[in-house]
Amino acid sequence: MNEQSLKAQEVKEQWMLLGLAGPAVLLIFAIIIVPVGWLTYLSFVDSNGEFTLEHYQKMIEYKSYARTFITTFEVSILTTLICIAIGYPLAYFLSVLPPRLAGLFMLTVLLPFWTSLLVRTYAWLVLLQKKGIINDMAISMGVWDSPLKLAHNLTGTLIGMAHIMLPFLILPLYGSMKKIQRDLMHAAANLGASPIKAFWQVYFPLTLSGMVAGSLIVFILCLGFYVTPAVLGGGRVIMVATQITAILENQFNWGAASALGVVLLVATLVILYVASKLFKINSVLFGKD
Amino acid sequence: MYALDTVDLEVKSGEFLTLLGPSGSGKTTLLMAIAGFNRPDAGSIRFADTEMILTPPHKRDVGMVFQSYALFPHMTVSENIAFPLKLRNVETKEKKQRVQEALDTVQLSDLGNRNIDQLSGGQRQRVALARAFVFKPQILLMDEPLSALDKKLREHMQIELKRIHEQLGVTTVYVTHDQREALTMSDRIAVINDGKIAQIDTPHAIYNQPSNQFVADFIGESSILPLTLEADNKLSFSGQNIRTDVNLNSARQWGLLVRPERLFVADKNSLSIDEHLIFNGIVRDFVYQGETAYAVATINQSYELAFRFGTDASSTEHMMQTGDEITLGLNRHDTTVIPLEQIDQS
Repeated sequence: MNEQSLKAQEVKEQWMLLGLAGPAVLLIFAIIIVPVGWLTYLSFVDSNGEFTLEHYQKMIEYKSYARTFITTFEVSILTTLICIAIGYPLAYFLSVLPPRLAGLFMLTVLLPFWTSLLVRTYAWLVLLQKKGIINDMAISMGVWDSPLKLAHNLTGTLIGMAHIMLPFLILPLYGSMKKIQRDLMHAAANLGASPIKAFWQVYFPLTLSGMVAGSLIVFILCLGFYVTPAVLGGGRVIMVATQITAILENQFNWGAASALGVVLLVATLVILYVASKLFKINSVLFGKD
Repeated sequence: MYALDTVDLEVKSGEFLTLLGPSGSGKTTLLMAIAGFNRPDAGSIRFADTEMILTPPHKRDVGMVFQSYALFPHMTVSENIAFPLKLRNVETKEKKQRVQEALDTVQLSDLGNRNIDQLSGGQRQRVALARAFVFKPQILLMDEPLSALDKKLREHMQIELKRIHEQLGVTTVYVTHDQREALTMSDRIAVINDGKIAQIDTPHAIYNQPSNQFVADFIGESSILPLTLEADNKLSFSGQNIRTDVNLNSARQWGLLVRPERLFVADKNSLSIDEHLIFNGIVRDFVYQGETAYAVATINQSYELAFRFGTDASSTEHMMQTGDEITLGLNRHDTTVIPLEQIDQS
């Protein structure tokens, strides 16, 4: 009875769902697929519009490109590690706080998130530079004698980037920690696990998916970072994004710039693919178990 | 305000002791104190003669089955059960053998390689149990382990737990709010109320000789009739003498505890005042419940008396009607006198 009407209703619902997703699909197509496709095309043609591999060959020939990629990965890995080192205990602290306090502390973690990236980066410059607040205070209190080089180098870049990236790690990590039942830790202790063993054998494995998800987000965002390394690196930390800007500003060479972008994109996708093979894709992208 | 007041509890070696009480009575708090998960303000917890109160939970050598089962989701069934053995550095071969024995005991012999999320509720419960006893703890604690299961499975597991307890002989402290579960499984029951032990005794004694009104009310169905203390220091209910061994010297109110199934519907003339207590009343409610029928009668126009009697195939749904006059008998050796609590103003 009513098979056809019910079927028609189901089909209609599916079309409506698709209709809802329509604008987003169009938008993604217009602002991501098309430009990326265009850039990929540009990276394979020379100034006369002929097919060429010249841009990619240059990347292999010139040492500066390799150095840029090494720096990019170095900075991204270090930033991710710093974020884990700071973020894991912080996320744990947040996860054991009573809900109201946790909300308050979470706000302090997220607050910088709502401030402009540029403002935050320059704020770090004010704090870190040679005659900046940190050096002035440390010297007047006698912590160190002469100003430390905290900005315009790798140190400054890492400090700034770790600060900006921290929430991306903490949120999924906090989520996975919140899901761990208190009883599980009680059970571990009850079965004879010292607090340290209980942590490594029960707690840590259960937070792994959140940590991988957060680390991956941080790492991938770091790969394409521009503002912070440019300002706090003071020209000494050349990452891929910085190099792309330089090529465009100095040589107006779209082909070379596109090729760099394509390589970075491919590298990112490869990393995502490998990570999704090592861990379950769901757990990587959404922090699920 | 304390979750747990002064509690003095001694568990005998090998015994199955149940802490029974309504939610919020402090029974879980007591269990957690034994396991070491909460720290009492004062007191002593001794295993044999060793003081344990300062020992951290992981050194107490107590197995616990949690209400939520608390199985490690990132480990298989076997890995969960092997976990306490691994921590005790049991060698691989023996570990494997003991895990298999534990699996056999809880009748999950072939499920060792399953993941936890592939198990049903009842199977999870068994794994939690196996994990709690596999390392031969001094005491096995269980915190409402069956409360998440449906009724049929729960009743099956009660028998199963009792069997496993007899097989292992491990001292067990079991927490439940389900009085039938407590009566089914326990060697002794400690009824907990308001952070105190209201009574501790065998299931039989708890049911038949409750020492106070709370226990009488909480365990089983009951009607309590207020008794009159006569001038000759004897108790009576509407003119009928009640004999009792209870010491009546303390000045308080006394009540007669009547279990519904001990009452029987009788012909007025067949009862003798020497052997029986006789109640004349009017049926107020009657419910047919399958194996038994349950009814409430009003006696002396003021007291309610619940009674229950067996049915057979010929008994009809309406064998009794509201408003019927009825005579109920109670064997005098089934009478239990209990002290009544001070009547609340409310």
